[in-house]
Amino acid sequence: MTDSAAVANSAMAETGNSHHGEHPPYQRHHFETVDQQFDATNFAMWLFLLTEVMFFGGLFTAYLIMRNWYYQAFVAGSHQLSIVWGTANTAVLIASSFTMAMSVWSAEMRRKKSLLVYLCLTLVFGLVFLGIKGIEWHEKWEKHHVPGVHFSVESFVNPQSDPAVYNEYHDAPLAPDMAQKTEEYFFLYFAMTGMHALHMVIGIGILVFMIFRARSGAFTNGHVTFVENFGLYWHFVDIIWIYLFALLYLISRH
Amino acid sequence: MSAATIISLPDQSTARIPKVNFLTKENGLLSWLLTTDHKRIATLYLISITFFFFIGGALAGLIRLELLTPQTTLMAADTYNKVFTMHGVIMVFFFLVPSVPATIGNFLIPMMIGAKDLALPRINLLSWYLYMIAGCMAIYTMAAGGVDTGWTFTTPLSTHYLNTHVISTGLAIFVAGFSSIFTGLNFIVTIHKMRAPGMTWFRLPLFVWSNYAASILMVLGTPVLAITLVLVVLERTMHIGVFDPTYGGDPILFQHLFWFYSHPAVYIMILPGMGVISEVVSTFSRKRVFGYTAVAFSSVAIAIFGFFVWAHHMFIMGISNYAALVFSLLTMLVAVPSAIKIFNWAFTLYKGSITFETPMLYAFGFMGLFTIGGLTGVFLGTTGTDIHLTETYFVVAHFHFVMVGGMLMAFLSGIHFWWPKWTGRMYPEKISQLAAVVTYIGFNFTFFPQFILGMLGMPRRYAAYPPEFQALNVFSTAGATILGVGYLLPMLYLTWSLKYGEIAGDNPWQATGLEWQTQSPPLTENFAEIPIVDHEAYDYEWLEKQTAARQQQEVA
Repeated sequence: MTDSAAVANSAMAETGNSHHGEHPPYQRHHFETVDQQFDATNFAMWLFLLTEVMFFGGLFTAYLIMRNWYYQAFVAGSHQLSIVWGTANTAVLIASSFTMAMSVWSAEMRRKKSLLVYLCLTLVFGLVFLGIKGIEWHEKWEKHHVPGVHFSVESFVNPQSDPAVYNEYHDAPLAPDMAQKTEEYFFLYFAMTGMHALHMVIGIGILVFMIFRARSGAFTNGHVTFVENFGLYWHFVDIIWIYLFALLYLISRH
Repeated sequence: MSAATIISLPDQSTARIPKVNFLTKENGLLSWLLTTDHKRIATLYLISITFFFFIGGALAGLIRLELLTPQTTLMAADTYNKVFTMHGVIMVFFFLVPSVPATIGNFLIPMMIGAKDLALPRINLLSWYLYMIAGCMAIYTMAAGGVDTGWTFTTPLSTHYLNTHVISTGLAIFVAGFSSIFTGLNFIVTIHKMRAPGMTWFRLPLFVWSNYAASILMVLGTPVLAITLVLVVLERTMHIGVFDPTYGGDPILFQHLFWFYSHPAVYIMILPGMGVISEVVSTFSRKRVFGYTAVAFSSVAIAIFGFFVWAHHMFIMGISNYAALVFSLLTMLVAVPSAIKIFNWAFTLYKGSITFETPMLYAFGFMGLFTIGGLTGVFLGTTGTDIHLTETYFVVAHFHFVMVGGMLMAFLSGIHFWWPKWTGRMYPEKISQLAAVVTYIGFNFTFFPQFILGMLGMPRRYAAYPPEFQALNVFSTAGATILGVGYLLPMLYLTWSLKYGEIAGDNPWQATGLEWQTQSPPLTENFAEIPIVDHEAYDYEWLEKQTAARQQQEVA
């Protein structure tokens, strides 16, 4: 908070000097000072992220228990995920987090042009992430690995039928009842990555809104709260993906 | 009833309601629908939850009417299932959870801490809209044919076997949950960041402490319910999932996730009520609440312990004996902070100058009924007795003693106590005292027989029962009629008082809270200037000095 609070402070000092003690236009009437406004909204954002942790926590708990119960099915299921696409997506998201951090910095430094560039880059990275996610989902669809919609256990009872995966992992065939449980794995895969993607879509919507506002100089006047809080949200969504990547893609590789 | 009273009203021949206040500042429907004033949003909430309370109450009436006779006379068994499910869903999610926090808490917390508004006024308005959207979805569910899972959505019953409107109910609760999350989040931020100069944590009124504790539960618990309901909805639509054993899921997992919210939710419902009782007991015994710090921390302790007791709802559902033992022990521990509160209120009364205005009568009702409700909870928290008592009317009686006898009494106490602040007018004292007594009698007639019915083994959630249980059920239904009158009366005379009540003045109770030091009804920005706090909560000597100084000023 220190940097942006200092910026906010100086903004208040400026406005205070020029308008003889009046508040800057972005200060809401019920706050005593700009600092108080910044602290309050920032704290609220952290609390909201805490609720998000609890929200995803339910899914992680379900994953933990199901993985414990149906270990072999989860291992076989995770072999179906493409480590290349997953790693690429992780890199894309980390890059977007970097550009987001740079957006916050640009707003604090009141550099409108660089703010716009970094926000647009973040937007592009976000869209690339969703694109790659779409490719992966499509692959699952083609292999009949979407739970509930003519799900097929063929790749698990008869691994040789899926040569690309078989040549890499040499999985032993699963017993039919355990193979059935891979549907459970893919249900959780779609629920978790789907919920994550939903958060990305919401984030991208807000990014578009911010780019429009930033063009008219909304965040480069010393009032950086919105950019800063959105940055927190974006990093949070990023971190969730890091956990998903580890749990869904990496954990069962030998 | 003692004639002694602390009510001090201004001279009625000259007194006027202040011309400028939060109710009159702006006019027109839009000024209400787009308001960000916490007092107006509280008013919107008050009207909405009263509406849902009467729907839920009507459903309760139908349940009691059906149970008048051993056979299913009034409705078929599956209709009965829908009626008690909707009663539970509406009362829990649309009345009890938002009851005190979203109305009285919304109205008071900024005033009690000396702020102009909640920290996030637009989020506050959003929370009301979410509540209304959720309410419309619930009403749609009822109109479309209802849902019969019980308010607990037990899987695989809710995911596999039933063909009623589980999805729309689940989504309604999902949306209502976010309304509650936003209220809780707003309260925490406000209490942390918006306190007036000098308003330290240990000068906060206990009402603020208990709402703070409840807000922690809302923020941490509700998201878990939200994701659980999402999974239930996904499971129903995709026929695959994590809860249904036929697909390899685990129904116990649902129970864990559901009760991880729904047990703390009990404390979301009761903690703000306890805050109301602290305020009322102090004001009407003219004493600082005994052991202020202990009462404040007991709220936080309830919030913390409340997160570690959820599995006591699952003793007979196949959790291990060791887990049952640990959760039983932790359940007993929650009784400690609750008892701290009850004992400290009793000590506050000791040697106090007690008067028996309506809020105090309701508070007495709360203390008696909550104690019974809490102690019978110990029976249910003990694993051995729970096996006999669970899923019987003993459980129904227990949680109605806590929720209706506790929370609803506290809600009515608070509504009467702050009515003069809210509207600027007094409610009629005599008839409201009568209503408090009628509610108390009606309540005991309704729910006490249910303890005995449960002990005798009458199971809950059945439309028919063996004839030997009829006498006690007739008692219970008769009591429910009296209780209904007890709830209708305030509705009528409070509406009447909006126009004909006596002018209350700033501080009719001579209470110490900051909210009483401003005009009634308050200004939109609450205070003409932000107060500076230089005294502890419930400091009646400070109030006397203030009053004396003001009188001297007037004389001079």
